[in-house]
Amino acid sequence: MKHFRKGDGERSGLFTRRALLLGGAQAVLLTALAGRLYQLQVVETDRFSSMAEENRVSMRLLPPSRGLIFDRGGVPLAVNRNNFRVMAASDRGRGADVLVERLDQILVLGDAEKIRLLRELRRSRNAQPIVVRENLGWEEVARVEFNAPDLPGVFIDLGQSRDYPEGDLMSHIVGYTGRVADEDLAGRDDPVLQLATMRFGKKGVERSLEDDLRGRAGAVQVEVNAVGRVVRELDRTEGQPGANALLTIDLDIQRFAAEKMKEHQSGSVVVLDVITGDVIAMVSTPGFDPSTFARGITQAEWRDLLDDPQRPLHNKAIAGVYPPGSTYKMVTALAALDAKVIDPWTRLPCPGFLELGKIKFHCWLKGGHGSTNVTEAIAMSCDCFFYEAARRAGIDRVSDMAQRLGFGKVSELGLPGESAANQPTRTWKQEKIGKAWQHGDTFNLGIGQGYMTATPLQLAIMTARLANGGYEVQPNLLLAKATPREELAPPAPRTKPTAPSLRLNPQHLAVIRQGMSDVVNTGYGTANALRSKQPEFTYAGKTGTAQVKRITEREREMGITQASLPWHLRHHALFVCYGPVDNPRYACAVIVEHGQAGGATAGPIGRDVLVETMKRDPSRRTDRFRKMASR
Amino acid sequence: MGSSASLDAPAPVGFAEKIWRINWGLVLVLTAIAGVGVLALYSAAGGRFEPWAARHAVRYGSALMLMLVVALVHPKVWLALAWPIYIVSVLLLVAVDVIGKIGMGAQRWLVLGPIQIQPSEIAKVAVILVIARYYHGLRREQAGQFLYALPPLAMILVVVGLVMVQPDLGTAMMVLMGGGALLFVAGVRIWMFLAAGVAAVACLPIAWSLMHEYQKKRVLTFLDPDRDPLGAGYHITQSKIAIGSGGMFGKGFLKGTQSSLNFLPEKQTDFIFTTFVEEWGMAGALVLLGLYALVVVWGFSIAFRSQHHFGRLLALGVTAMLFLYMFINTAMVMGMLPVVGVPLPLVSNGGTALLSVMFACGLLIGVNVYRDAQLPRTR
Repeated sequence: MKHFRKGDGERSGLFTRRALLLGGAQAVLLTALAGRLYQLQVVETDRFSSMAEENRVSMRLLPPSRGLIFDRGGVPLAVNRNNFRVMAASDRGRGADVLVERLDQILVLGDAEKIRLLRELRRSRNAQPIVVRENLGWEEVARVEFNAPDLPGVFIDLGQSRDYPEGDLMSHIVGYTGRVADEDLAGRDDPVLQLATMRFGKKGVERSLEDDLRGRAGAVQVEVNAVGRVVRELDRTEGQPGANALLTIDLDIQRFAAEKMKEHQSGSVVVLDVITGDVIAMVSTPGFDPSTFARGITQAEWRDLLDDPQRPLHNKAIAGVYPPGSTYKMVTALAALDAKVIDPWTRLPCPGFLELGKIKFHCWLKGGHGSTNVTEAIAMSCDCFFYEAARRAGIDRVSDMAQRLGFGKVSELGLPGESAANQPTRTWKQEKIGKAWQHGDTFNLGIGQGYMTATPLQLAIMTARLANGGYEVQPNLLLAKATPREELAPPAPRTKPTAPSLRLNPQHLAVIRQGMSDVVNTGYGTANALRSKQPEFTYAGKTGTAQVKRITEREREMGITQASLPWHLRHHALFVCYGPVDNPRYACAVIVEHGQAGGATAGPIGRDVLVETMKRDPSRRTDRFRKMASR
Repeated sequence: MGSSASLDAPAPVGFAEKIWRINWGLVLVLTAIAGVGVLALYSAAGGRFEPWAARHAVRYGSALMLMLVVALVHPKVWLALAWPIYIVSVLLLVAVDVIGKIGMGAQRWLVLGPIQIQPSEIAKVAVILVIARYYHGLRREQAGQFLYALPPLAMILVVVGLVMVQPDLGTAMMVLMGGGALLFVAGVRIWMFLAAGVAAVACLPIAWSLMHEYQKKRVLTFLDPDRDPLGAGYHITQSKIAIGSGGMFGKGFLKGTQSSLNFLPEKQTDFIFTTFVEEWGMAGALVLLGLYALVVVWGFSIAFRSQHHFGRLLALGVTAMLFLYMFINTAMVMGMLPVVGVPLPLVSNGGTALLSVMFACGLLIGVNVYRDAQLPRTR
């Protein structure tokens, strides 16, 4: 034991001496560290502080190029165009007052603008630039560049803004973009949405396809100085442009329909492909110029649009709700046939009115239609037949049939602002009106009046489902989408619906369709004046006139007629149609607001648009697109 | 012999006594340093516990448990395990190098099922253990002889070489300097160090030709930062700006402007000192350095109090390693050394380094717990 104790003592002595030396060295090194700290943080701190002020590395997002929108033929409907903007950056609003004053001298800002700029400059973090003004002309660009030395933190930025070559023709479908609002951020944590220059779809397809059109942001890491000027670029990641969209709309037919609507103040036309549900045209007049929104709408312009009684901002095709009137009679007929309370040969009498208790329900034809079967009743639009048919079927079965045909619910079109309108039911009335359903309500519903309302789109959907043999087609606006433009191509044409069947009796459908054909193609039909002039393009239809103001017995005696009422109280004119008769492909619904009579005002528009659609037959033609794309 | 041994030997140490002998003050200082780490990582993440600060705290907690367990293991176990641990760590280093060759590029990790191992971290501790064991078995005269200095030199250089080819210059430097310090206190003659120094200088051109392009660039940039102020020198410059602009008392917690903008790579690991010092100033930096100095002083006192040579060398080796870690990292971020990628012990984000540091601290405290153990001078 002793021997290694002794040896250990020697070792321990040497160890201690050496360890103290090592400790001394460490103390020296530690002192060196402290000295370095002193040098950096005390001696040179001012120099480094000012360098820290000058040095800012910031991440800037590169907004992706927004996807373009085309009609089915490849005609551009929404494009991007270069946009010179004046941007400004300051560090948490430092020097903002002086900057805004100088900008005012050069660009002539209003007081409201000055306040907005000051607010945004003070709020901007990490010297993120804000937008001073967009869509600069060359002269303004030159003026800003010329004065650059007096404008620290101000620079010209080349960005993109949206342009809509077709203007008000496509305004309701394509919609427009605007600044990103707080509610747009819900559920989306895409950082690019924080950019001042970013735009977000507000209406129409711009809104419904927003997440496709937007694309993914790139990012660039730049070193900026204290006034936000980029010193150099450190790193760059390219983003991905948004997907381009090919719509189902045929611009030629859309334009044709809009032309036809021109002579009337306000209304809507919807054309559907009954097999695919493709929306071939969707017009709502009057429209508006979406470019107003793209460049930034003024308060006055906005007021004007809002105050217009014809509501140009309102897409009447999907958001306008009207009593469907006689265009609803097919629903009543089908419900009654389906319930087996009538059969195709059942004849019902029409003495000109039916009485329910003390109330008289009039037929539109004063003397009545005599006795008619269902086909004739549709052709002549006999009200009494449908009062009785509705009474026999009952509210529940009529409502149920209507819902199967698309009434009372929002379709799968996807455009924002679509209305479900109202398909009344017993429970609906109990809940909303607080009263039980009455027999009289059923009478009114039978002819598409009373609580019943529908949108033009719903009328077109109903017509399409009747015409295609009872398939539950849904309207569809998007033909194809793809990020590289070359890959954008319409799908192969289809001749059979892929939608689920509604399981309607084909014989019943045939009876209904015969009635609709007779409306146009027989001498006693309500629209026999509207027979197609080209024998190869036959069609079938149904007129409707929806009551806005009920003319009372008293007023009737005083000789008040529709024409003598002020515009906003006159009846709405409706027309639904499909064609060709034998092998239906297209359905069309027309509403002319306050157009008085369906057959006279809405009918010719429906006929012309439908015949034009059959002539061009967009569903079976893809050659035109190929030509456009290869150009 | 038997009776004298029983007279000399102190009574066996009971469990309560062992617990009492744990340097709780040292544990407190280590915890304070880790606390600085949590603060700095919280700030580096922009004032959030995720993704670093919370995990750092949790990791420290579990590493602390490990440390206490290690501290209670009798040194004779480590004496017996020194060689196996060293051999295993060398094999792992070889494995990682081979896989790195196959898998292309720098490889520091070995994935064994669910766990990732960084063999260089084990090797650092293994070198200390094996050298301490070697000198424990030598007499004083032998320790001073040239031939006896060769085996430990080989032990160091094998590891240094394997780590260098990974390539991990920082760790290689650490092992070399830590091992050198250990040889120095073990009694290797001063002239041998001088000779080694001369030889190293003579070998510099060869080392230079073996270095990777980016490593050469770092050395050149260190020698002359203005050479490439926008490239490799950029990070050093930015780090100096951050530290310098912190001034005497710093910009305040969460108020650092340089660190909050992502101009530093690895701000949560290698440059964590920068983040901390920008916000807490020279005052904060001195407190942190003071805490490290306390650890070192404690380590020395443990070494001096150890009754056996193995314990002394082990304690000093661990202490030297901790000091080197801290010194290289802080000197690097202040522009006194090339950027080599060494974390700041207990502060930087990263699990393996924290674990190996705490393991080493466990060994250190264990030396104190068993300071009067009798260890046979086996070879």
